[in-house]
Amino acid sequence: MIVTSNLSKKYSGNLVLNIESLEIPKGQSFGLVGNNGAGKTTYFSLLLDLIQPTTGVITTNGIQVNESEDWKPFTSAFIDESFLIGYLTAEEYFYFIGELRNQNKADVNALVAQFEDFFHGEILNQKKYLRDLSKGNQKKVGIVAALIGNPEVIILDEPFANLDPTTQIRLKDIIKNLAQKQGITVLVSSHDLMHVTDVCERIVVLEKGEVVKDIATNATTLKELETHFAGTGVV
Amino acid sequence: MIKNFLNLEWKSFFRSASFGKGLAIKILMVFLALYFISLFLGLGIVLYPALKKAFPDQNPLTIVNSVLFYWIIGDLVFRFFFQKLPVVIVKPLLVLPIKRRNIVNYVLGKSVTSFFNFLPLFAIIPFGITLLVEGYPTVSVLTWMLSLMLVSLIINFLNFIIESFSSEIELSFLPIISIVGGLFALNHFNIVSFSQIFSNGFNAIYNTPFFIVIPILILLVLYAFNFKILRKKLFLDSGLKEKVREIQTSNLDWTKNFGAMAPFMQLDLKLIWRNKRTKSSVWMVLMGLFYGLFFYPQPMYQDMPWLFAFIGVFSTGIFLINFGQFIPAWDSSYYKLLMSQNIKYEQYLQSKFTLMALSVVILFVLGIPYVFFGWKILLAHFAAAIYNVGVNTHVILYGGSFNRKKIDLSQKAAFNYQGTGAVQWLIGIPLLLIPMGIFALFYFLIGFELACLVLAILGILGIVFHQKLMKGITAVYMQSKYKMIDAFNQNN
Repeated sequence: MIVTSNLSKKYSGNLVLNIESLEIPKGQSFGLVGNNGAGKTTYFSLLLDLIQPTTGVITTNGIQVNESEDWKPFTSAFIDESFLIGYLTAEEYFYFIGELRNQNKADVNALVAQFEDFFHGEILNQKKYLRDLSKGNQKKVGIVAALIGNPEVIILDEPFANLDPTTQIRLKDIIKNLAQKQGITVLVSSHDLMHVTDVCERIVVLEKGEVVKDIATNATTLKELETHFAGTGVV
Repeated sequence: MIKNFLNLEWKSFFRSASFGKGLAIKILMVFLALYFISLFLGLGIVLYPALKKAFPDQNPLTIVNSVLFYWIIGDLVFRFFFQKLPVVIVKPLLVLPIKRRNIVNYVLGKSVTSFFNFLPLFAIIPFGITLLVEGYPTVSVLTWMLSLMLVSLIINFLNFIIESFSSEIELSFLPIISIVGGLFALNHFNIVSFSQIFSNGFNAIYNTPFFIVIPILILLVLYAFNFKILRKKLFLDSGLKEKVREIQTSNLDWTKNFGAMAPFMQLDLKLIWRNKRTKSSVWMVLMGLFYGLFFYPQPMYQDMPWLFAFIGVFSTGIFLINFGQFIPAWDSSYYKLLMSQNIKYEQYLQSKFTLMALSVVILFVLGIPYVFFGWKILLAHFAAAIYNVGVNTHVILYGGSFNRKKIDLSQKAAFNYQGTGAVQWLIGIPLLLIPMGIFALFYFLIGFELACLVLAILGILGIVFHQKLMKGITAVYMQSKYKMIDAFNQNN
């Protein structure tokens, strides 16, 4: 579904991302791991056409993302707080995103209702603007907003960071459900090896912008990743 | 300790991310400061001779003392709007092994170095020197000068106390306006003659230097009071915390009449009403609306009809200028979201256009009472309103595509240059001066009615070609998409 070829991004001569070829099939739950500065967010930003590639292209569903905008209706993302509109309440934000994605209020309410558990009673009917919510609660809003409008591709950058343990576990269930039952392609990046291996069928390790590992998750994956990041370099 | 604090200040000034970028604005501020300094300096130098000449049989010093009351209340109002106690900077200091007492003293002490405290000196010192040269007793003059400096500091600390109390309420400027207004009224109608009381006080200090202890005592009390307030606030859950208010939501269903751009209209209206910075630009609309009252009541301007168009463009377009010049920076904090969503850029811009056009119409209607000063004024305003809707809206939207400065919505607007670049200054020229120029040209060449007609025709042309213009403007925005995302991502 998502095909990346010869993709590179340079910032003033510094190569920050260089992916020769990467294919993510439809319905895969795809995990991207790497240390700070490995290029995870850069890759996601390129996928969303928020920055321009130096060379190469990304196509999703055969649409080249920096040529046409037709990928937008079936793609959604939550990268960071700048995807939130601080002066709206959570409900208003959901409805706004819903309108952009042709969902009426009833549709949005129905979807959001499924996440009552996930919200833990701290999001809806709070009479608070998003800017006044805690970082963790802001993240919950952003993640759920990314599920509005039946997207086929969902991109979540560091979804587990800032969340409390209960919510992390619930989020893992949500992501698994998306990929396995609904056939949605989910792209997740994380620093937390355990969560990623739990959730993703496939894990790609980025290092200084290059793909250094591409693993189909199995019982030994976590061990393998831990050894890799411990710097022993074996395997 | 002080050395460390000073060091921090120094670094925060020179290492701030906006240091290079905001240089033009800093230079402007320096010029403003120099302007005020020279103004006060000039006042201090000519005050004595001028008073002597105007009132030869009175003592200039007594005259000065008798008007000090007005200086004090004026200064208080001015500071209330433009001087803030910089409390937030201490947040990182709290966890360090520094006594809270020292932090409080540092913040209060720093406020003493404010420009507002030095400005009066530029008038006080030359005036005092003149007094000495004229042979007034040295000790008395020196204590008098000292007392004025003390008063300046008293105003400084009094202001923070007022601010800290009035920040609790919604219309924070109401208390200061009503207090000062009340004092002024009481004095003006001679119910309680504060100016006389103050005048007597300063005369007493001049005659009996011992009385200087009174302002010193007041200052100490105010400082201690500030200290107490601030000491209590230095916790993350009190003073340093942003207040969270329960909010009322409205569904704004009437915007549905605007069809596809309704979600953006709702967003814009919420943007305007729920953020400090945008909210203050709504208040500025009132100022713009009454702008004409500065000119029209004076007979001098009645004979200058070529100016009517300028005032018309300004007073019907004040919202357009205030709001429009920061498109799309208003949305800078979530620009990435908009760009990754399935939005039609044209609808996004169309919503802003509609909002500005509506504001022009509303402001024109509200300004109809100007007809009291002559039908010509109304005619000129009408032409100017059409010009605003047809031409200026498009010009300002086009200018916005060059906008590369992020805006933090939670900051106040007055004297806030965040998000202001050279473009914002330059855009004022085509918006205001060009219509005025065109109008004046046709007024002098042919006549008033035709000049109005020309402006109106230009506006109508803009409205007729609206769709085409919007297409072009949208294309320009699309082109600068990556640059804008990148720029709005920076914290300047």
